[in-house]
Amino acid sequence: MTGLITMADLTNEDIVEVLDAAERLLPAARGEVHMPLLSGRILGNLFFEPSTRTRMSFETAMKRLGGDVVNLGDVSTSSVVKGETLFDTVQMVDGYTDIIAMRHPRQGAARYAQDAARVPILNGGDGAGHHPTQTMLDLFTIRQAHGRLEDLDVVLAGDLRYGRTVHSLSHALARFNCRIVLASPELLRMPREIVEDLRASGASVEETTDLYGSLDTADVVYMTRIQKERFADEDEYIKVAGAYKLHVKHLGEVRQDMIVMHPLPRVDEIHPSVDETRHARYFEQAFNGVVTRMALLCRLLGVDVPGGEA
Amino acid sequence: MSNESNMRRVTAIRNGTVIDHIPAGSALRVLELLNIGRDTSVPVSLVMNVPSKKMGAKDIVKVEDRELTQAELDRLALVAEGASVAIIRAYAVAEKLEITLGDEIVNVVRCTFSNCITQNPREPLAHRLRVLSKEPLQIRCHYCGRPQDLDELVQNVI
Repeated sequence: MTGLITMADLTNEDIVEVLDAAERLLPAARGEVHMPLLSGRILGNLFFEPSTRTRMSFETAMKRLGGDVVNLGDVSTSSVVKGETLFDTVQMVDGYTDIIAMRHPRQGAARYAQDAARVPILNGGDGAGHHPTQTMLDLFTIRQAHGRLEDLDVVLAGDLRYGRTVHSLSHALARFNCRIVLASPELLRMPREIVEDLRASGASVEETTDLYGSLDTADVVYMTRIQKERFADEDEYIKVAGAYKLHVKHLGEVRQDMIVMHPLPRVDEIHPSVDETRHARYFEQAFNGVVTRMALLCRLLGVDVPGGEA
Repeated sequence: MSNESNMRRVTAIRNGTVIDHIPAGSALRVLELLNIGRDTSVPVSLVMNVPSKKMGAKDIVKVEDRELTQAELDRLALVAEGASVAIIRAYAVAEKLEITLGDEIVNVVRCTFSNCITQNPREPLAHRLRVLSKEPLQIRCHYCGRPQDLDELVQNVI
């Protein structure tokens, strides 16, 4: 394995190994113990698109492990604005660093960068394509709550068309035999090729516009923001903005151990009244971004996390 | 109708390339993929929808005074897989070639998705499409993963 571009780059066994390593790294992620496993290594953060959680959690993950980070900085002041190609930028950073975390507005940019680079690339989001490191932290959160990844009922809701987190997550869930309900406005349905791939892999996939009718049998409800920045036409955005607003009043009949997740930032798709319930898991989910990225950095740099089976 | 009478529709060529057994209706796409058009000065003959024992109906393209290279013929795999090619010298078949579709199509066409990284013409890496299935034809971009529509693809010839 060179980098992590899509979930297809990891087998189910790989996924479980990374999640197990992440468990062992929890004390280090919380700052309770010092584990300088990546001392002397440098992560290059190449974020061509705004990011708060992903960029900061990569940086925190690297520093918690004793490594260092260099940042591309503001795209508007870097050489990108002078017309440098992604190929040239990657060539340069490849020489400076041991591993690269990248986000780019164009789909396929991470695969392209991996083909151009010698060091591993971690895809932190490519346009409306994939976001596999988010999926790893989502899976970690799901396993924390339910003790397993297999055979769960999962509702993915909101912007399934442009939402790269749900593209990557649905592929992983299908591989663990989860039953998937895709709840979205008609305009924001999951891309056809993804639904076809999920069904071809034998997954049970149901598409609906009725989110609230799907809540009662769910183990996981994964909400996503309808992303204004992905719409070329604001009128189209206005038609679907605020399509789903999960409120505590919708949670009366849900399973006791059902969890509500969200990759954040949220706008109004989860009402603050949900925050205080036993179901809310999105802030833990955000914290889990650090520990799973620590595990991924170790894995891609070929460093074993102590405490695993020999 | 016999093969001979098919061939009589266009005269035999002295030197050049004959592409036979093109799926019926695909000859125009073959010309597009070979960049044969207004600027082409050599004689080109084309017949469409002629009867074929093997295929029911087929198209044939003859390009005179030009021997197409294997690299040029590889471009045709997208629309004319299985077509047979003969290089003609002095009215005789000098070489026989085949057009086969591999698992990947490299630097023949560009991905059709408007937000793919390869849309920046200054990016230097090769344009790569993966062939997922030949029957039915399913092609996706190596980089962005988007499925490609054949009609749109042939408009994106490099």
